[in-house]
Amino acid sequence: MSLMVGTESFAQMAFWVVVGLTLGGAAIAVFPRNIVYNVLGLVVALAGVAGLYLFLGSFFIALMQLLIYVGAICIAIVFAIMLSRPLHLEAPQRRVPKVALATAASTIFLVATVSVGLKTKWVAATERSADWSVETIGHMLLTKYNLVFEVISLVLLVAIIGAILTAGYSRRLTS
Amino acid sequence: MNTLGTYLIIAAVLFSLGLLGVLQRRNLIGMLISVELMLNGANVNFMAFNKFLAPSPAVGQIITLFVMGLAAAEAAIGLSIIFALFRRMRSINVERAQRLRG
Repeated sequence: MSLMVGTESFAQMAFWVVVGLTLGGAAIAVFPRNIVYNVLGLVVALAGVAGLYLFLGSFFIALMQLLIYVGAICIAIVFAIMLSRPLHLEAPQRRVPKVALATAASTIFLVATVSVGLKTKWVAATERSADWSVETIGHMLLTKYNLVFEVISLVLLVAIIGAILTAGYSRRLTS
Repeated sequence: MNTLGTYLIIAAVLFSLGLLGVLQRRNLIGMLISVELMLNGANVNFMAFNKFLAPSPAVGQIITLFVMGLAAAEAAIGLSIIFALFRRMRSINVERAQRLRG
């Protein structure tokens, strides 16, 4: 019994640690002026979100989060920082009205969303299957969601070609 | 701890932090980072509803995968636009990119 309580409280502690990592990383990603700190904060926040996915019961999505977001997107952003050298450029002062209005807008949004989320009486579906396996996901991707799957791959192809063209043609035009 | 409300609050805080970043920053890479935070907030919401309410738990995971794929495409396009802008303007401050202003 004491062992049960031990694992229970350990899981709870781990959950709050993950939540702290997520929100702290998000704060680091938004507030400091130095862009390198922002990227490192983004990495921490995304890893924390992967931990949240573990608590939500999906190991597969947590791994995908680590692979795609932390492994690909953050590295791409680091490359962009190194290539566009924003560190050597001057950082203009933040204008107070802009910051105040932005803070007010996002606070209003936060309060509205949280109150809607907490006040709504969520009703779970009457029949819920407990099938979390990767096999089911793959099966549904190739049957019910096949069109979306193909369209996503087309979108990725077009995005990659477009990125190459955008970055390459501007070099030819300017130099 | 593991209730729907907790996850909804976490997702809302993530999304609002991203919104704050998009609204107040002028560094384009910083804005891109904030957009990634907003997408993650939406993803956490999808996964939470998937765990606590949805009839079939595979669907929410599939939607989350789609959002991740679109986020990768968005990051690629955004970063290449940032490169092009930097080559032209020698700056990635959005308030300097005013050539198209009417």
